[in-house]
Amino acid sequence: MKKRMMSLVSMALIGAMVLPNAAFAEEAADEGKVLNIQVWNEEFKSRITDHYPGYEAVDETHGKIGDVDVVWTITPSDDNAYQNNLDSILPGNVDAAADDKVDIFLIEADYALKYVDADVNVAMTMEDLGITDEDLGKQYTYTQDIVRDADGKLRASSWQACSAGLIYNREIAKEVLGTDDPDEVQEFVKDWDTYNETAAKMADAGYKMAATVNDTYRVYSNNVSAPWVQDGKVVLDDNIKKWVDDSKTAVDNNETTTAELWSDDWAKGFFPEGKVFCYFGPAWFFNFSMHGDEEGSVGHDGGWGLVTGPQGFYWGGTWICAAQGTDNPTLVKDIILTMTTDNDVMKEIAQADSDCVNNKEVLEELAADESGNLAILGGQNPYEMLAAGAELVDMSNTSPYDQGCNEEFQGAMKNYFDGNATYEEALAQFNTAIVEKYPELVTE
Amino acid sequence: MKGKKKSAVVRYNRWGYIFLIPFMVVFVVFQLIPLVTTVYNSFFENFMSGLKQVGPNFIGFKNYIQLLTQGDLLKYFLNTMIMWILGFVPQIILSLLLGSWFTNPQLKLKFQRFFKTVIYLPNLIMASAFAMLFFTLFAKTGPINSILVGMGLFKEPYDFMAHVGSVRGLVAFMNCLMWFGNTTILLMAGMMGISDSLYEAAEVDGATPTQIFWKVTIPLLKPIFIYVVITSLIGGLQMFDVPQILTNGTGDPMRSSMTLIMYLNKHLYSKNFGLAGALSVLLLVLTAILSAIVFRVTAKDEVK
Repeated sequence: MKKRMMSLVSMALIGAMVLPNAAFAEEAADEGKVLNIQVWNEEFKSRITDHYPGYEAVDETHGKIGDVDVVWTITPSDDNAYQNNLDSILPGNVDAAADDKVDIFLIEADYALKYVDADVNVAMTMEDLGITDEDLGKQYTYTQDIVRDADGKLRASSWQACSAGLIYNREIAKEVLGTDDPDEVQEFVKDWDTYNETAAKMADAGYKMAATVNDTYRVYSNNVSAPWVQDGKVVLDDNIKKWVDDSKTAVDNNETTTAELWSDDWAKGFFPEGKVFCYFGPAWFFNFSMHGDEEGSVGHDGGWGLVTGPQGFYWGGTWICAAQGTDNPTLVKDIILTMTTDNDVMKEIAQADSDCVNNKEVLEELAADESGNLAILGGQNPYEMLAAGAELVDMSNTSPYDQGCNEEFQGAMKNYFDGNATYEEALAQFNTAIVEKYPELVTE
Repeated sequence: MKGKKKSAVVRYNRWGYIFLIPFMVVFVVFQLIPLVTTVYNSFFENFMSGLKQVGPNFIGFKNYIQLLTQGDLLKYFLNTMIMWILGFVPQIILSLLLGSWFTNPQLKLKFQRFFKTVIYLPNLIMASAFAMLFFTLFAKTGPINSILVGMGLFKEPYDFMAHVGSVRGLVAFMNCLMWFGNTTILLMAGMMGISDSLYEAAEVDGATPTQIFWKVTIPLLKPIFIYVVITSLIGGLQMFDVPQILTNGTGDPMRSSMTLIMYLNKHLYSKNFGLAGALSVLLLVLTAILSAIVFRVTAKDEVK
C-alpha cells in the first residue's frame, strides 16, 4: 500500500515538474476538473496545503492538484450555518453540474451520525470509494465507530484522535500546588472530589480553576451511562446532573465563570493575566486554540502541562467524507488515504501542528522518543497518554441529537449558575428549547 | 368628438397599467405568494429531523393550539413590548426635543446640517454590527467594565449579559440610539409643515414657548406622530437583530429578552414550516390589532 502511495506521490511530483497534467490525467482522465471542498474553518485547508503532496495554493480559497482546481468553501459553524449549507446542497449533489458538485465535506463528532446515516446517503461508503478496512487498520476504533452507518459500513475517515486531557498552567501549579510535574499534578485532579478541593485552593490564591463551567462539561458528558435520547425521549444522565451540581458550587465559590466557550472572557486564560489554572482539551486544542504563536501567551513560553484529569474524555475531531455524487472519486480516495492512513504524512502533521493523529503506529513512534515532545507543553511528550486515552474512548452513548442537547443544556443551565433561575426553571427551559430544535422528541 | 376623447383616455390609462407591472410582479412573487403559502403551511406538520423530512401532514389547527397553549408566546410578546417601550419613550422625547429645536427659527442653531447628519448616522450602521459592538463593549472583560472598575464605581466587573435589566436596557438603548435620528427627521418634516403664521400669532398673543409647543406644535403634528408610532410599533414587534446578536440567539437570562421573531427563528433550526407559519400568522393578526388600537386611540378626531 505504502509503495503504491509513494509511487503515486512521486509520479505527481514528477508530473508537476516535468509534464504538468500527466500524473492524474492517466488515472483520472474522465474525472472532474474541479474539486469542491466544504469546510467550516482553515484547519483542513492548512493541513492539505502543508502536507498533501502536490497541492499548490493559488489564493485564500483556491488551489491546484495536478490539473484539478481545488475550491474551498468555508462556512463557519456559528448559528449552524455550516450544516444548513450542507443540508441545502448535499441532497441534490448527484444531479448538480459537474463543476459544482461537492466532492469532499468535513464533519465533526457532535453531528457525525446525521451525515453518515445510510437512509440519508449523502456520504459515500469507504467501500464504494475502494478503501478497505485493511487500509484503515492503524486507526483507533472509536474514530470508526462513530461514522459507521446502521449496516456497519464506514462513511468517513479522520486523521485525528481526539482523546483529551486536562491542560494546566505550570506557573500556577508551582505556586499553589508546589509542583508542575505532570504525575504529581494529576494527584491533585485525579477525581472530581479532589478536583473540587484543588479548585478551592486556587480560588483562595486568586486563580480560577477553569475558565468557565463549560470547560468541564464534556468531561462529564462523555462519561454518561446512556445516550441523551432513548426511544424518542430526552433523558438526563446522572453524570450530567453531577456537572450541574459541581458547577453551581464552583460558580458560587468564585472558582470559575459562566462565560461561553470560545468567547473573549473564556480565552483570556491563555495569557498570564487571565489567571486560569486549567483548560480541558485534546491535541488540536494546543495548536488551534491556545494562542501559542502569540508572544506573551502562556503557550508561547511553553507554560502548559498535560494530565489525564478527573475522567478521560474526547472532544471533537474532524472526519473527511466523500460526498455522494462526487466526480473526482480517485482524487478523493487518494486524499483520504494520504491524510488519514499514510504514516509519513501523519507523523509530519503531528510534529508540525501538534496534532494527535489517528494512527497507532505513528503515536507509538512519537511516544517512544523525543520527537513527540511539544514546545507548548514545555517539552512534555503527551502521546503516550493520548494514545492510551484514544483506546478507551467509548462511542456507544452517542445519539444524533447530541449537539443540540449539549448546546441547549449548557445554555439553559447558565441561567441557573448565574442565579437567574432555579434548577427546575432552567431544566424547563432546556426542555422547551430541545423540542423547538427537534419537534419529534418528547421530554421528561 | 366625445367618443374619440374617451378612447384617448383609455389608451393613456393603458400606460398606467404597464408601468404597474414591475411592481405587481415583484409584489406577487416576493410578497403575495409567500404570504399565502405561509398561511397554507401553518396547517401542516412539516419539519426536518437531521436530513430526514417529516411530513407534510395536514393537521388542521394543531399548530395554533400548540402555540397558544404550550409555548410561552405571551411571555415573548411581553418581552418584545417591554423592550420596545423602553426604547421608544426616550426616543420620542429626544426626537420631539431635537425636532423642535431644529425647527425653531428663534434659536438660529448653527451647523444644523452637521448635527442632522450626525444624529442620523447610527441608523446607517448595520444593526447586527451595532449589537456586536455593544456585546464586545459590555462583555465582562470588556472596556466598559474596565472603565467602571477603574473609576472605582464597581468593585468587580458587572456581568451585563447575565441580568434581566441590563440586557433589556441595552437592547432598548441600542434601538433608541439607532432610530431617534430617523424619528427626528420625520417629526421635523411634520413641524416644518406647520405654518409659521400660527407660531407668530401665538407669540403675538403672548404664549410661552412651552405653551406653543403643547398647544400648537403637538396637535398639528398628530398625523405624522401617528405614523411614527405605528411604524415604530410594527418595527418593534419585529425586533430581532439587536437582541439576537447581543444574546447570541438565546434571549438569556431565562429568555427574558427573547422577542417574538427570535422565537420564530428558533423554529428555523428544524425547518419547522408548520409551526413557524402558524406563528407568523398570529403575528400578522397581532400587528393588525395593535395598529388598529393605536390608530383609534391617537386619531380619534380624524376617524370621526
